[in-house]
This record gives sequence, C-alpha cells and structure tokens, in this order.
Amino acid sequence: MSRNLILGGLLTSVFIIAALLSFVWTPDSVEAMNIANRLKPPSADNLLGTDHFGRDILSMLMVGARTSIAVALVAVGIGMGLGVPLGLAAAARRGGMLDEVIMRMNDLIFAFPSLVIAILITAVFGPSATNAIIAIGIFNIPVFARITRGAALSLWKREFIMAAQVAGKTRARISAEHILPNVANLLIVQGTIQFSLGILAEAGLSYVGLGAQPPIPSWGRMLADAQTMVSLAPHVALIPGLTIVAMVLGLNLLGDGLRDALDPRLKVVRA
Amino acid sequence: MLRYIVKRLISLAISLIVASVVIFVVVEIAPGDPASFMLGINAQPDTIAALRTELGLDQSKLDRYLSWVGGMLIGDFGTSYTYRTPVAQMIADRMWVSLPLAIYALTLSTVIAFPAGIFAAARRGGPGDLAVTGATQLGVAIPNFWFAMMLVLIFALQLRWFSAGGFPGWDKGFWGGMKALTLPAIALALPQAAILTRVMRSSLLDILGEDFMRTARAKGLSARQALWRHGLRNALIPVLTIIGLQFAFLLAGAIIIEQVFFLPGLGRLIFQAITQRDLIVVESVVMLLVFAVIMVNFLVDLAYAAVDPRLRTRT
Repeated sequence: MSRNLILGGLLTSVFIIAALLSFVWTPDSVEAMNIANRLKPPSADNLLGTDHFGRDILSMLMVGARTSIAVALVAVGIGMGLGVPLGLAAAARRGGMLDEVIMRMNDLIFAFPSLVIAILITAVFGPSATNAIIAIGIFNIPVFARITRGAALSLWKREFIMAAQVAGKTRARISAEHILPNVANLLIVQGTIQFSLGILAEAGLSYVGLGAQPPIPSWGRMLADAQTMVSLAPHVALIPGLTIVAMVLGLNLLGDGLRDALDPRLKVVRA
Repeated sequence: MLRYIVKRLISLAISLIVASVVIFVVVEIAPGDPASFMLGINAQPDTIAALRTELGLDQSKLDRYLSWVGGMLIGDFGTSYTYRTPVAQMIADRMWVSLPLAIYALTLSTVIAFPAGIFAAARRGGPGDLAVTGATQLGVAIPNFWFAMMLVLIFALQLRWFSAGGFPGWDKGFWGGMKALTLPAIALALPQAAILTRVMRSSLLDILGEDFMRTARAKGLSARQALWRHGLRNALIPVLTIIGLQFAFLLAGAIIIEQVFFLPGLGRLIFQAITQRDLIVVESVVMLLVFAVIMVNFLVDLAYAAVDPRLRTRT
C-alpha cells in the first residue's frame, strides 16, 4: 500500500462518509437562518463558523458534498457508460469507417471549450444540478472512449485474443468477455481522475450560478456568496475553498495510488 | 508530405463544418426568442414581428445558417442583437484584454514550469522531486476562481498593492493595464503551471532513459551537460503541444476568472451574451474559439509530421 493510496483513500472516505451522514444527521439545520449569529468565526457551537445568514458552515459543507459527489459521480457514469462501449467498438473495428467516425467525433468534442459549452448548456436548458451533470458528462465521453480504445488496441494483438477469435467468438463477445476486464483497472484510475475534475467543474458552474439552485447548498455557491464578505469574515471563503482542495487532492492521490497498486510494472519504474 | 497535408486539410474542413452545425443547432434550440427578450414583456406583437424581420429571425433556419457561415468566411461575424454593433468589432475589442491576459498567464506558467520540471526530473526520487511533485498535486486541486478570491483578499484588500478588479484600458498607460491583469494572470497560471511542470518532468524522465542519452554520457558529457544539450531539446515536443493547447484554452477558459475580476474580456462577452440571448454573438465567439483549438491541433500535427516522417504514414 503506497502513501498516496492511504492518504487519498482516507481523504476521499471522509467526504463520502460526511455526505452520507448528512442524509440522517447534520450538526445544525441548513435552512434555518439566524441573522443575529451571522459571520461568526469557528467556535464550539459552530465548529467551522457561520455564513452570512447565520447558517452552520459545517452542515452546509456536508450537504454540499452530497451535491458535488452526486454531480461528479453521475457525470463519470455518463462518460463511462457511453465512452467505454464506443472505445471498445472503435478498437474492434480498428482502421474501419466506424473507428474513424468515432475518433473524429472525439477530437471534435475535445476542440470545444468545455467550460463555455457547459455554461451554454446550463443557460439554454436552465440552471440545475441535472443540466450541470449533462454538461460535465458530455466531456467525459471522449476521455473514456480514447483511453478504452488505446488500451484495447494493444490487447487485440495478444495471443489470448487471437485464440478467442479462432474459437469462433464474435468481436462483440470478445470485447465484452476479454477486452473489458483487462482495461477495467485503467478505467477505474481514469474514473477517479475524472471524478476529481467533475468536482472542480461543478464548483465552477455553481460559482457562476449555473449549478444546483438554492436552497440546495453547493460548495461553489458558498464561495460566490462569500465573495462580498471576504474582507469581513475570511473564513466564509477560506473554509469551503479548502474543502474543495482537500476533496480534489484526495481523489487525485487515490487515482495515483490505485494506478501504482493496479499496475505492478509502473511500480518497478518508480523504484 | 503533400499527400499528408491534403488529407489533414480535408479532415480539418470537415471538423470545422461539423462544429459550425453543432454550435448553430445547440444555440438555436435555446428557448426564448431574442426579439421578445429585447423588447420586454409589454411589447406589441407587431413590434416584435418587425424586430424579428430586422434581425433576420424570420428567415428559415437553413438560410440563417448559410448566411452566418458565409459571412464568417469573409470576416463578417454578424451584428449583435443587443448592442447593434458588428460582432467582429466586439470580439476585436475584447481581444485587447483576453489576448494579453492569456499571453501573460502562459508566460508566467512557462517561467515557473520549466525550471521546476527540469529541477524535479534531475533529482528524480529525491526530496526536491518530492516537493515539486507535491506542489503540482496541490496546484491542480485548487479551483482557480477560489485562488483568485484569496489573491484579492491578500493583495488587493489587505496589502492594497493591486485593485480588486476592473480594467482601466490600455489608453491609460501600459503599466496600469498590466497591473490590472497581474492577479488574474497569476490565478490562471497556477493550475496551468502545475500541469506543465508535470508534463515537463515526465517528458524529461522518458528522454533520460533513451539510448542516445547513455551514448552522450559515454562520450564523456556530464549528466548536466547531457541534460541540457540532448535531453531538453527532445523533451520539448510534448511540452510545446501542451503550451499550444493551454493557450487556446486560456482565451476562453478565463470566463470565470473574468467574472471574479470584472474584466471586459472574451469570457465575459460570452457570458453576458448567453444571459441576454444574444445568439449571434454566442455562435460566433464559440465558433472562433473552436476554430482556434482545431487550428492549434492541426499545426501541431503538421509540425510533428515535418519533424518525424514516421507520423505521415499513420492516420
């Protein structure tokens, strides 16, 4: 077990547990406003202080984690769900028309400025968590398609795949039964990285008001609300920001750690 | 080489056509009629109809698509619905902020990333490498708009070295403009520098394992000499690709940073145009950005093929 894996795993689980816990318990209500108690720095009553409506920041962050994780997770699901089959199909028909079309479409999606398109989608269809998921998810598709195809291509040259072909299995069956299990490790690692990018993207979108809408708390909007208070009470901007950094850092470390753990060849190179 | 260029040009043209169709379709299905949006809820139906005619909104979708694309080919990006000024002019005005900002940020990130990447690669596995790699982990995890807020808090509100936002305009003097762009450029450069450092480091490490590097050492060069003379030059190719793509990204990617600092750049132009349903501005600016990315990719491919003949037979 590498240091990356342990540290990343710990950080990530803290956030997932906090998000799950928020369904049954939070230190304080996230809807009850208490103006008299506004912008209080961290104390025994409010461990991470209160925001401009006097709401408990720790509770807001816990419920916000729910939004961030849900948006990023479903966006990764969209990317994998569509990208992996496309990549497998492209590799199975490598060099053919289908491969060419899939890869050109991929290049095209990569050429679009993702943030601008995400803003366009959320502005066109109305700002909501669902539309943020779609906007982020679309840009995950080519990432998974490309990485699946690349890994699958080298597998198709291997003896055990040829043996399966000789045994009369169809390309689709070989893709599902032999290629997919062998690229799974790679997909898990990439999934972790896209997950972390999704958290950042969701924060950015909700910061400009295009993510989850009030009263659902989200990390990005907490920062947007904090912007005008930052000189009065720096903690309202500092704490949600550090939360995002810790979550993204945790996922990246987890991704690196998983890559090292799942691919023994890389470990030798690093040593 | 000529065959390769022709092949790439054809695929470039197809990409641009598909991109323009996609942009047009996405923007056109946007709910909300620009004419009624501009005139407000109390407008008479015939006033709205007259404005629709004036803006060309009553023509068929196909006609409007063709006149939009045809116009762009001769440098006419249409006329903004909201401001009634040529979109090309608006883009040009905003470029005076976005382009210097992108160049500023890219320069900063390159100046940080090159030494940091080389330093880490030369001390692979050592404490110096660990420190740099750790810093890049942190760099990619920090949301740049939050970093921007922290910069404002420290350098604008506390120390009062910079203003918290806005742009005085270049006609008020070069240094005033640069000063206004400094905090945004730093905020944009941080994650870019982290990514670039990683690419620089891993690219150098790949090269250091090559046979010709061993040959260079064998003929008597010191590790340092071999790195500077043979390693760096070969490691630069992937680094330059990333720089090219980062530049295209920075032109549009500043959209949130421009919001934080109230900078009148391209990003803010798109953001406002989207909220005001100024469809023609959205279409044209997005198309321009996509065009920039596709062109950068195209030029990078050509440069690779020119350097490495093996790549010409592929695709």
